[in-house]
Amino acid sequence: MAQIFRPGADTLARVVLAGIAVVPVLAVGMATTLWRSPYATAQDVTREQPVPFSHEHHVGGLGIDCRYCHTSVEKAAFAGIPPTETCMSCHSQIWTNAPMLAPVRTSLAEGRPLVWRRVHVLPDYVYFNHAVHVAKGVGCGTCHGAIQTMKLVRQVAPLTMGWCLDCHRNPGPNLRPREAVFDMTWTPPAGQAEQGTRLAAAYHVKSPARLSECSICHR
Amino acid sequence: MTGRLLPSVLLPSLLLLGACDDLSMARQKRYDVYRRAELWSDGAEARNPPDGTVQQGALADEAALADPPPVDAALLQRGRERYEAICTPCHGLTGHGDGMIVARGFPRPPSYHEDRLRAAPARYLVDVITNGYGVMYRYANRVEPRDRWAIAAYIRALQLSQGARIAEVPGLAEKIPAEANPEGRP
Ligand code: HEC
Ligand code: HEC
Ligand code: HEC
Ligand code: HEC
Ligand code: HEC
Ligand code: HEC
Repeated sequence: MAQIFRPGADTLARVVLAGIAVVPVLAVGMATTLWRSPYATAQDVTREQPVPFSHEHHVGGLGIDCRYCHTSVEKAAFAGIPPTETCMSCHSQIWTNAPMLAPVRTSLAEGRPLVWRRVHVLPDYVYFNHAVHVAKGVGCGTCHGAIQTMKLVRQVAPLTMGWCLDCHRNPGPNLRPREAVFDMTWTPPAGQAEQGTRLAAAYHVKSPARLSECSICHR
Repeated sequence: MTGRLLPSVLLPSLLLLGACDDLSMARQKRYDVYRRAELWSDGAEARNPPDGTVQQGALADEAALADPPPVDAALLQRGRERYEAICTPCHGLTGHGDGMIVARGFPRPPSYHEDRLRAAPARYLVDVITNGYGVMYRYANRVEPRDRWAIAAYIRALQLSQGARIAEVPGLAEKIPAEANPEGRP
């Protein structure tokens, strides 16, 4: 009878056996790492915009308040993206011939809105609301990072469900006095632990149990 | 042979397909604020109301514009907050017309501390916010009616603070060292 197994068959069998044990573990590990990686959550990606609007210049350099442009951030779910008129309240007089601003002038002349490309996008099945976070003392910088240093806006936080819940289960460390919400240079003071508890009580922040209920964000 | 091969290839590939994300939940067929809408020629979901439309709440806004709210500490605080967010880039923190944007070449607004604006009624300040003035755009879409009165009240407070005489503040004259006020201004 001829040999069924060639001499290398033992090694092959061992490699296959080891593979059966190792490959699934590796695959699951890879998948979970990739799944929540900055690549998958589109973190740190800048998008080309019709006008290279720079927060570094306008916020960091000129000190313009967020509310000058993002008007509805305290009143509505949507923070608001400035209409062309807002840009023109300054650029009707300064940098009036800059080629960089040509799309803004065309937009005003033709009555067509500028088409900004979104940077932060939650899936449609998630409900988010700016007004409530601002009213309860969560600052812009806590979620959006150091906007005042960004030439083009990048998404700093992963915006995953885990990220939202990390804060909803324990908001204290991220709360600041309401007056400081728009202060982009705010850093937690030494007594933040006590301050957080005090502010949570003063602003009637809902309990962590209530804030982690599915219907808060999926409604 | 193919009888067995077909399911053994099809089944796993079906399972794999199931793992694909279909985006019908993440990108639902609805218009969110400022979404692009191909239906309209300007591509924007937000429509301009037809001429003659009366906006919801327009009457309340009109009423709020007509009667000034009572001036109290809360109103002044609100006015200060709004003023500092919207007006300071040009008018400056103290209202001298020396804001950051002016330093970068924007036409210089008049100081609030000149006699003409000191004498102007609060309603005039509210009207300037509502309708704009000269090269200053109107701020009606960014400052609500009640907030316009709050800002006007705060401008009044600024005018008081910048025009105050030392003698009017009790105990101040003694606190200011003579060399800081050599002419002995009142
Ligand atoms: C002079 C007007 C102006 C001011 C002031 C301003 N922004 Fe913006 N902001 C814009 C414009 C225009 C866009 C859209 C273009 C872009 O994404 O860069 C934008 C976009 C953003 C975005 C990204 C939106 C998206 O697409 O997801 C964030 C976040 C943001 N701004 C936060 C802030 C914060 C925080 C402040 C205050 C510290 C601020 N902005 C001040 C004009 C302004
Ligand atoms: C409150 C006044 C103000 C508003 C509102 C404003 N800008 Fe500007 N912008 C300036 C000033 C001042 C400069 C010049 C900066 C300098 O000289 O350092 C400038 C510069 C620029 C520049 C060129 C310089 C650079 O690299 O950033 C662009 C592009 C620009 N602005 C776009 C916009 C757009 C788009 C908007 C509307 C969303 C806008 N600006 C709203 C005041 C303003
Ligand atoms: C709790 C976290 C959080 C805070 C605090 C926060 N944002 Fe946001 N912001 C988000 C998320 C999440 C989105 C994406 C919303 C979406 O896709 O529906 C977003 C989107 C935006 C946008 C794009 C327009 C929109 O509403 O979708 C702007 C502009 C913006 N934020 C500005 C601000 C400013 C200004 C502040 C401070 C007053 C602020 N944000 C505070 C989480 C936050
Ligand atoms: C840094 C902390 C923080 C982060 C991050 C955060 N939240 Fe919140 N959120 C809060 C606080 C504080 C409240 C106020 C709770 C209250 O109303 O008392 C709140 C309230 C809310 C509410 C309103 C709850 C209600 O019905 O009153 C919604 C909806 C919400 N968050 C959604 C989200 C989503 C979605 C995300 C992630 C994209 C997120 N939040 C991230 C702190 C945070
Ligand atoms: C604080 C807000 C918040 C709460 C509370 C919350 N979610 Fe989510 N959920 C999110 C966000 C944000 C996403 C989108 C995550 C992403 O895009 O990666 C999400 C996504 C999901 C998804 C889709 C996951 C995927 O990757 O496709 C499911 C399923 C889900 N949530 C179920 C739940 C259930 C069940 C609960 C209650 C136990 C819950 N969520 C509570 C914010 C929340
Ligand atoms: C982009 C710069 C800018 C901003 C922001 C701005 N203003 Fe002005 N404002 C001006 C300029 C410039 C003038 C002078 C206009 C002229 O003479 O053509 C002016 C004039 C005025 C005047 C005097 C009118 C007169 O009779 O001389 C008042 C009052 C005034 N502004 C109030 C405000 C208030 C209140 C705000 C905030 C809600 C504000 N402005 C925001 C630039 C600005």
